[in-house]
Amino acid sequence: MLINQIGYYSLILGLLLSVLLCGVSIKDFNNSSKQINQKVLSLSFLQLVFVIVSFVSLIFSFINSDFSNETVFNNSHTTKPLFYKISGTWGNHEGSLLLWLLVLTLFIFLFLIKSKQQPKKYRILTLLFQQIIIIGFFLFVLLTSNPFNYLFPIPNEGLGLNPILQDPALAIHPPILYLGYVGTSIIFSSSLAAVTQNYVSKEWSQHIKKWVLVSWIFLTLGIMLGSIWAYYELGWGGFWFWDPVENVSLMPWLTLTALLHCIAVLERRSALTSWVIILSITTFTLSMCGTFLVRSGILNSVHTFANDPARGIFILIFLFVLITLSLGIFFFFHKENNKNSNNFFWLSRETSILINNWFMMYFLSVVLIGTVYPIFLDVISNEKISVGPPFYQKLIVPFLIPFLLFMSLGPRLKWIKSKIENKNSLIITFIISVMLTFFILKNLTTDLLFYTVLVSVAFFLLFTTLKELFIKKFYNISQTVAHFGFSLLILSILFNSILSSEIITNIKIGEKYNYNKSEIFLKKTEERKESNFNAIIGHFEIKDQSGKIIELKPEIRVYNQPVIITSEADIKTTLLDDKFLAMNLVKGNEYFNIRYQVKPFMVWIWISVLLLSLGGLMSLFKKKYEK
Amino acid sequence: MKNKFILFTVIVAISFCFIIFYKGLNNSNTYTPKITDKKNIPIFEAKDFNSNAYLNSEKIFEEDIFYIINIWASWCVPCRTEHPLLMKLSKNQSVKLVGLNYKDNLNNAKDFINEFGNPYSQIIIDNDGTLSIEFGAYGVPETFIIDKNKKIIRKFVGPINEEIVEKIESIIK
Repeated sequence: MLINQIGYYSLILGLLLSVLLCGVSIKDFNNSSKQINQKVLSLSFLQLVFVIVSFVSLIFSFINSDFSNETVFNNSHTTKPLFYKISGTWGNHEGSLLLWLLVLTLFIFLFLIKSKQQPKKYRILTLLFQQIIIIGFFLFVLLTSNPFNYLFPIPNEGLGLNPILQDPALAIHPPILYLGYVGTSIIFSSSLAAVTQNYVSKEWSQHIKKWVLVSWIFLTLGIMLGSIWAYYELGWGGFWFWDPVENVSLMPWLTLTALLHCIAVLERRSALTSWVIILSITTFTLSMCGTFLVRSGILNSVHTFANDPARGIFILIFLFVLITLSLGIFFFFHKENNKNSNNFFWLSRETSILINNWFMMYFLSVVLIGTVYPIFLDVISNEKISVGPPFYQKLIVPFLIPFLLFMSLGPRLKWIKSKIENKNSLIITFIISVMLTFFILKNLTTDLLFYTVLVSVAFFLLFTTLKELFIKKFYNISQTVAHFGFSLLILSILFNSILSSEIITNIKIGEKYNYNKSEIFLKKTEERKESNFNAIIGHFEIKDQSGKIIELKPEIRVYNQPVIITSEADIKTTLLDDKFLAMNLVKGNEYFNIRYQVKPFMVWIWISVLLLSLGGLMSLFKKKYEK
Repeated sequence: MKNKFILFTVIVAISFCFIIFYKGLNNSNTYTPKITDKKNIPIFEAKDFNSNAYLNSEKIFEEDIFYIINIWASWCVPCRTEHPLLMKLSKNQSVKLVGLNYKDNLNNAKDFINEFGNPYSQIIIDNDGTLSIEFGAYGVPETFIIDKNKKIIRKFVGPINEEIVEKIESIIK
């Protein structure tokens, strides 16, 4: 009760501080002193504290199962384990917006501390732009989605947390993803500030690159966690479904990746300034757009929490105000400084990065069209369609071939003007890749030519980056590690999709199911009671072709609050493959429906994404700039 | 000049997107497919909800009036929201409601009917979902109107709302 009040009034104080901060910093703007007024820093810190207090009080309400709080009532239950009571805080609409605010205020405070070397006016403007976003979100939370709504009479019991959200990977997925997602706001604010101050320069790029990297690393990890969750929890046996909500997290990642590369060009050649600014604006706009699509209920997906048009309209208007504001600033203030610097020699690092950008933009448009086209079509012609994986696969996969090829060659080029060195060794590597691929794939796929080419270029990238790693040792190691991770990712995904196999059948206790020299045996079932669910556990023995026996124990869980039946797959992971078994009840008889999948190289998908982020991390802590 | 043109294009594009998203927000999630050729209802045999006896389709639709088939399940949340509207429709004398209980647990389904009331003159059971497929259903809930010639003349995907009830009432008048 009291704690609800504390949380609520902290939010209001936080909003007032935003207004105060704007006032103080505008006054400070024309002040002649070189440093920002100390007051601004303290106020920003205070604002962060208030948001933290508000967030912590929501967490407390969840821990205490205080059902006088509407958010807690809607999303928690006394029988939930403590861990999920806490993670329930951000597993709902109101709480996740509070998390947004927390990250927004945290990042601007960190920015102010870390940017002391930067021009004062630029810093103040960044703060102002960020405060506009923060005010928008404060209003959004307070007006449409207050997490501290009071309920009377106080209910005895809550409605419970959706069981599919009760999962460790998902508990940390939102905070990590948000650090990346919302972190892009600081890039947005600072790029707008830099444009108005005509400060889009080498110095700026060196300083903003760190922020780009931080967002990028968190976004990469956040997407991976979401994907791991989908793989283990949703029980569909895949890791990426091209679900609209997955797409909206992928889109900022694509632009952020392009931005990361562009910044390098800006840093060394003072070129591509327009690209950098546009990408900074787009990245945050896409994050906001994602929030809109997810929170307004305009899309149907596992992530749509609330279907409240008032919220949708608020965030839609806010989104378009921000877009108009940022594009206005871009058009009126931005001057492409030295036009000549954008004329690159055709064979140079710059050109290869530009090519990378074009590819990223292409991938982005495919994902964007696939995601929003159904909405457009529905409004214009009242026709409902849903865009599925084949659309994305058809449009993206073939273009990976030139993309990977450029990626293998690009990093070997020098800045300004270059020529391809060691042509012979490159050609030999390429031939080896093709031959290796051909022998691996010979009997495995029907579309041999296409896959051979595709897998060859992926191997080619893998080998060239490996060679870099051994020959040049620590030279540009962060980039090499990231690119190596990417090639590994593509290879794992390709082999995973080519070599996966699946068996679906009905089976009863004591029965054996045989298929090409393998055997699935359901020994027995057993029941287990937990505080938040009852489970039926199946004991399976699976004998593979070599006669090796493994045991798998998938579960059917019947959650009590709310009553939902979920299927918990059991997965045995080895370095070579994952064995995945899920079972379902067949109504009305003693049979269970089982789905058994062998998915090669699953674990390598996660490992390679970790490598990708490790590359980013290394770049972040790199002391000196490599030439 | 060139800049102004770009600016203009961008503004037009942004306004267009805004309008689309704005309209998209107000769109309901109910889907009414157009039926171009009126399909005959399938001929089938199904278990009765109360007696567990098998009934054939001719017996179920024997009267010379309009029928409404409503596909529902106790586990389906939107079914709860549309249930009061079905109760309202059941008071209409010129139509009979037939419930098609979709992949449900019989006890849960009975509790559901006891709790929210029974708008159906008859309920048949579709345990494995095949009957719903024959009707051409997309999911639960779904509502079909069958005219006196035993043809499906309209269907509504998703929970029905006041607007759809009015539409139905004007059709069966």
